[in-house]
Amino acid sequence: RVSSDGKPEKFQPPPKPVIIDKQKQREERRFLSPEFIPPRGRTDPLKFYIERKDMIQRRKVFNIPEFYVGSVLAVTIADPYANEKASRFVGICIQRGGKGLGATFVLRNVIEDQGVEMCYELYSPRIQAIEVLKLEKRLDDNLMYLRDALPEYSTFDVNMKPVSHLDHEEVPVNKLQVRMKPKPWSKRWERPKYNIKGIKFDLPEKKMKEAQKWSQPWLEFDMLREYDTSKIEDKIWKEVSEGL
Amino acid sequence: QGLLRRSVSHSFLSFTSITGACRAIQKLTRVRVVDNSALGNTPYHRPPKCIHVYNKTGVGKVGDRILLAIKGEKKKALIVGHKMPGPTMTPRFDSNNVVLIEDNGNPVGTRIKTPIPYILRQKGEFSKVLAIARNFV
Repeated sequence: RVSSDGKPEKFQPPPKPVIIDKQKQREERRFLSPEFIPPRGRTDPLKFYIERKDMIQRRKVFNIPEFYVGSVLAVTIADPYANEKASRFVGICIQRGGKGLGATFVLRNVIEDQGVEMCYELYSPRIQAIEVLKLEKRLDDNLMYLRDALPEYSTFDVNMKPVSHLDHEEVPVNKLQVRMKPKPWSKRWERPKYNIKGIKFDLPEKKMKEAQKWSQPWLEFDMLREYDTSKIEDKIWKEVSEGL
Repeated sequence: QGLLRRSVSHSFLSFTSITGACRAIQKLTRVRVVDNSALGNTPYHRPPKCIHVYNKTGVGKVGDRILLAIKGEKKKALIVGHKMPGPTMTPRFDSNNVVLIEDNGNPVGTRIKTPIPYILRQKGEFSKVLAIARNFV
């Protein structure tokens, strides 16, 4: 290029390429499965340490992928009474409960207009494979309200293809607001005790105000209920990543 | 749709007081017949109810035989799924499902569309019911 003087312009080096260091991003985003975090109590930490060793042993042999409440999973378990001795179930994870080796997760699906829920133990030797078909989070930790929601929100195709998810990206949050069947529901989901953000309540204003009567606003300031897990998590994360 | 509480299905009258849906199956539970038999599918003004459970305890789980009162008649039936959560690795259904059966164990209907748990294969006497089932869980 020639500038207005007629002399050649000073050499401008090309702009530096932007390198997304995927390794670093993967390290920054770390996921510790919730069943590793011990519950608050007076039990000896030795019990949790031994359990964690067993959990790490099992994870070395069998891959338990990262998943959250709201992701769609397909689980194959060994069943002596099934054809080919293995049965596969696809569903959305509505709840993850239990700590340690007894950690469970519940999958829900609607098959032929019939809602079916299966509770699986994560560390059970009967489980042969866990695939994550769709990795995503929802607005709540507990999707039990899907039982009272319209069945279209719980139906998932049994032969659905896994949706690819890049390793370094953040887990997408599905801000879906679910429509419910007419009342009565199995639980009064509009009450503040459940703190549900993922339902589109079509109830009149009067009912919503009445539900707020049961709110306990002092609970979030209760210091005896505080359980800070950040330091415990850091320690356990180091232990787990060294083990695996 | 399945048996919705306080909803009109099979044209029985809407009634005001209903007990919360009971979990495992015992006397006087309303059940849902899932095969394609005429008795189970013709509408009647009263839902089919359990009147006896053939069990030492009066509570029926998957694989137990019960006596049903349908359309003014007594009929035996087999429980294929209930709302009560069972042991882990067993399915929990959103309605209490039942398949009509004769006294010798032969099913009355010819097809079962709803999913049936694999656990039923443990007892060998229900092979004919499992033969007409389409989906398994």
